[in-house]
Amino acid sequence: MADTTKQFDPRPWYLLSPALFAITLMIVVPMCFILIYSFYENIDLAVDRVAFQFGNWQELFTDNYYHYAIWKTLYMAVIVTVIAAVLGYIPAYYIVHTKFKHKWLLLLLLIMPFWVSFIIRTLSWIHIMGNQGAINGVLIWLGIIDQPLSMMFNEFAVIVGFIHVFLPFMILNVYVSLDGVDRNLEPAARTLGCTPWQAFREVTLPLSLPGLGAGCLLVFVLTAGSYVTPLILGGPGDFLFGNLIYDAVITELNWPMGATLSFALLVILGVVVVLYSRLMGLNQLYKAFE
Amino acid sequence: MSVWHLIKGYTIAVYFFMFAPVAVVLLLAFNSSQFGGFPIEGFSLHWFYALAENEAIVRAFKTSLALGFCTALLATSLGILASLALVRYPFRGKEFITTLLISPVLVPETVLAVGLLIFLRWLSIPRSFLLLLLGHTMIALPFVVLVVQARLVGIRKEYEEAARSLGANPVQTFFQITLPLVMPAAFAGALFAFTISFDNITATIFWRPSGTETVPTQIFGMLRNSVSPEINALGFVMIVITVGVPVLFGSLARFYFRRRRA
Repeated sequence: MADTTKQFDPRPWYLLSPALFAITLMIVVPMCFILIYSFYENIDLAVDRVAFQFGNWQELFTDNYYHYAIWKTLYMAVIVTVIAAVLGYIPAYYIVHTKFKHKWLLLLLLIMPFWVSFIIRTLSWIHIMGNQGAINGVLIWLGIIDQPLSMMFNEFAVIVGFIHVFLPFMILNVYVSLDGVDRNLEPAARTLGCTPWQAFREVTLPLSLPGLGAGCLLVFVLTAGSYVTPLILGGPGDFLFGNLIYDAVITELNWPMGATLSFALLVILGVVVVLYSRLMGLNQLYKAFE
Repeated sequence: MSVWHLIKGYTIAVYFFMFAPVAVVLLLAFNSSQFGGFPIEGFSLHWFYALAENEAIVRAFKTSLALGFCTALLATSLGILASLALVRYPFRGKEFITTLLISPVLVPETVLAVGLLIFLRWLSIPRSFLLLLLGHTMIALPFVVLVVQARLVGIRKEYEEAARSLGANPVQTFFQITLPLVMPAAFAGALFAFTISFDNITATIFWRPSGTETVPTQIFGMLRNSVSPEINALGFVMIVITVGVPVLFGSLARFYFRRRRA
């Protein structure tokens, strides 16, 4: 008994206290608070009343508009995640196995997009796919079309924008995982009679799944929580759940509904994260930074 | 062998996909045309001058820079202390504490923003620069912790123990031994925090006081289905800052530490 008290060392807690205090006050408490606030009643623009009523939640559960938004958000997040996985896996594999002398350059370029402004990267697609964009310019110049094709401000443009911004997360995570796989395993499988494809499918792919999983989780959660990309690249019908929150808080000034929607999004994505961590553990998520 | 070439071609295509749009913005910043898009009519620095004369943009720029520096300072201070605890000391519940420190990454930024906004409003604290600063610090903190922690693992504990056994007190040890050793990690963390703050738009839209704009929210406000040439020029400047500042600081730091070692 005396021994355990002797072993207690308060020093790490001194060091941790500022960060833990800040996180508790600014993340944990507000997250609990929006649950309480979701029972408040909205009276008028930016005016609400302390109450305990389920009106906001009832609206969320009964109004088809919200159901559609949830469905659309999950659907977009799945599409973006799957495409990012397919696009990202092969370059990660290439970077790991290339004998190219300046491999560091490929890796640096991979981290570079994190430094380039998100909004600039997003709006750059207007230059590529817009009516005065590069694709239309080239097609008109070649004489293939004479009216610009309308490619912007629709679901496709939003998906492209998301993938462009989140792809580096995917490649980096897969890279970290693939880099840790023993290089001798694939040749060993080959000598035991595997075709190259079999060796990849049976040995390398399963070993890289933690990284692929971590990349998928990140891309899924980031996509499902966004609202800016649809505002810039989407049309009026392209909204995600985050856009409803934006509308409720910024446009309608209906704070209790904003709190309700935020908490709902937190729960939906929380379920995804918990399911994932049961399956894979969260450790892999940190590895990409090392 | 041809499969390998396919993989290589695919990789080049993906890199092209990632960088071509950014390159187009950099290119169009020098277009003399009245419109932000193609075709390119001629080379001109006109839009950079227009940028410097646009008071709203200059103001947004100053706000963003100040915010970025303060966020970097605050997030790095908190992050270093927390990382030291995580790397240097064994204690109960470490896994839980780590998850808690990383948790802001796992909460969607939109939710984070609304939560903090509504909570502070309930406390009757109006939106202010301080809210932006504290909020950005929270968003940057997990990344600082991850980056700093990864570097700290590589620094041996024995130096600190030697200093202590030679009679230095804990505060002396921290400032004379630990801090200089941690400096490169701190630089990396601070740069990360600066970039995250400078780039943030999702949460900033919720937190900014009315009338205050950061560069991203200013650009967002200027977008009206088309991109004005001024935005291209602004994009150019932003990219130079967010790519140039880390490269500059990185080489400065390397120079500084090489001289110290010599």
